[in-house]
Amino acid sequence: MRKSDLFLIFTACCGIIFILMLLYSHHDQATAHAELCDRARLARELMLTDLCLFTEARYTRHPSMADLHSPFQDHPFSLEHFPSGSFISPPALSER
Amino acid sequence: MKTSLNRHRNIIDFALSSLLRRKMKNFSLLAVYTLIIFVIASLLFFVNALKREAALVLADAPDMVVQRLMAGRHDLIPAAYAEKIRALPGVSTVTPRLWGYYYDPVFGANYTLTVPPRPAVEPGNILVGAEVSLNQRVRVGDMVAFRTSAHIPLLLTVKGIYPAASNLVAADLVVMSPEDFQAMFNLPADRATDLAVTVANPRELATVAAKIVEFFPDTRPILKSEMLRTYDAIFDWRGGMMVVILTAAVLSFVIFAWDKATGLSAEERREIGILKSIGWETADVLYLKFWEGIVISLSAFLLGGLLAYGHVFFFSASLFEHALKGWAVLYPKFKLVPAVDSYHLAVLFFLTVLPYTVATIVPAWLAATVDPDAAMRS
Repeated sequence: MRKSDLFLIFTACCGIIFILMLLYSHHDQATAHAELCDRARLARELMLTDLCLFTEARYTRHPSMADLHSPFQDHPFSLEHFPSGSFISPPALSER
Repeated sequence: MKTSLNRHRNIIDFALSSLLRRKMKNFSLLAVYTLIIFVIASLLFFVNALKREAALVLADAPDMVVQRLMAGRHDLIPAAYAEKIRALPGVSTVTPRLWGYYYDPVFGANYTLTVPPRPAVEPGNILVGAEVSLNQRVRVGDMVAFRTSAHIPLLLTVKGIYPAASNLVAADLVVMSPEDFQAMFNLPADRATDLAVTVANPRELATVAAKIVEFFPDTRPILKSEMLRTYDAIFDWRGGMMVVILTAAVLSFVIFAWDKATGLSAEERREIGILKSIGWETADVLYLKFWEGIVISLSAFLLGGLLAYGHVFFFSASLFEHALKGWAVLYPKFKLVPAVDSYHLAVLFFLTVLPYTVATIVPAWLAATVDPDAAMRS
């Protein structure tokens, strides 16, 4: 088999898997819908306001509830020392 | 048409043979290129899926949460505030929320203790998140000893464990009765952590929030839209680590493209000279270099994209785990619902495949337009 044919078959296979990946992401959303509904129901029942992403500091566990200067609460020049704190950008300014 | 197709197939054959002649260099180039695209695509998939999940899960969050601030910090709010806020026009319900944090000195983990508005467990019982049960090594029916604020052990029975599928919201949760919560923190009976406010007309939210601040200047209302925007901004590309990872990946890619764009090796120049002297036209040489660029960049894009998809959605972005975990003992393992934005993929394609291909063609075009004799002698 010619090298060009091998390359074209490889690219076509990857391309097909790529398209299947996009389609699967839509299909899987339908199958994961029940789990997602459970999470949403739990958030509603417990009146949760944040996702559980980082548990190391209270302002990274509940970023939407944290006061604006909580990372620097120890003293005014206290530098951020929790790694997840460096992921989180400052909260968006209030629209009000 | 067929002649043109055959011509391109012949050129691809030659381009592949040419790349295989420098096997080590090109395979290492493909591996590093794939790695860069894998990192960027993983980041895009992960952030996109998380933002989408946050928007869907928090769609039913309280319309507004009212906190009390004392000396710039979050303080307990008097229950009397709830009665006055309930009396404001437009306010449907005001529910005092009881929640807080508990650091377990034995296992070194932080838990979120919460009391649901409708009692979910009897006093002396708790419901725990999947990660809490793993961390405490407990099953349903086991006893857990928490230390109260007065350093007295409080024995609680695990009545239920939330499934791992709910980790994204409940991994570190300990749901308990109001009595146990009071006992844990010695909370004054007339205080709550904050107030969850429901407003009948969402368009009145800002007005109600303004009235609350007017009546209670020591409070801070947080609207649901602000909670949702927090998660839109949380993994913003300007955020700390995000910008570091993106900058490192983009810089590596620029180095590649720059290496290609700054010129050809003497061997490649000689090759172009020979091809032109045996009758190849400049257009054929450019096609050859175009296909060489496409073989490397398109393969890297497809492989990197597929690997990133598997990494994020099948292996729960395990390579990012150490960075996300930080100092935390308790790390919620969650499986994200696949959400691939074709716009992001298109941007990634145009920012990686096209510049590399162009950077391959331009120096080849410069070399192909000189006299073959001069190219072979250079």
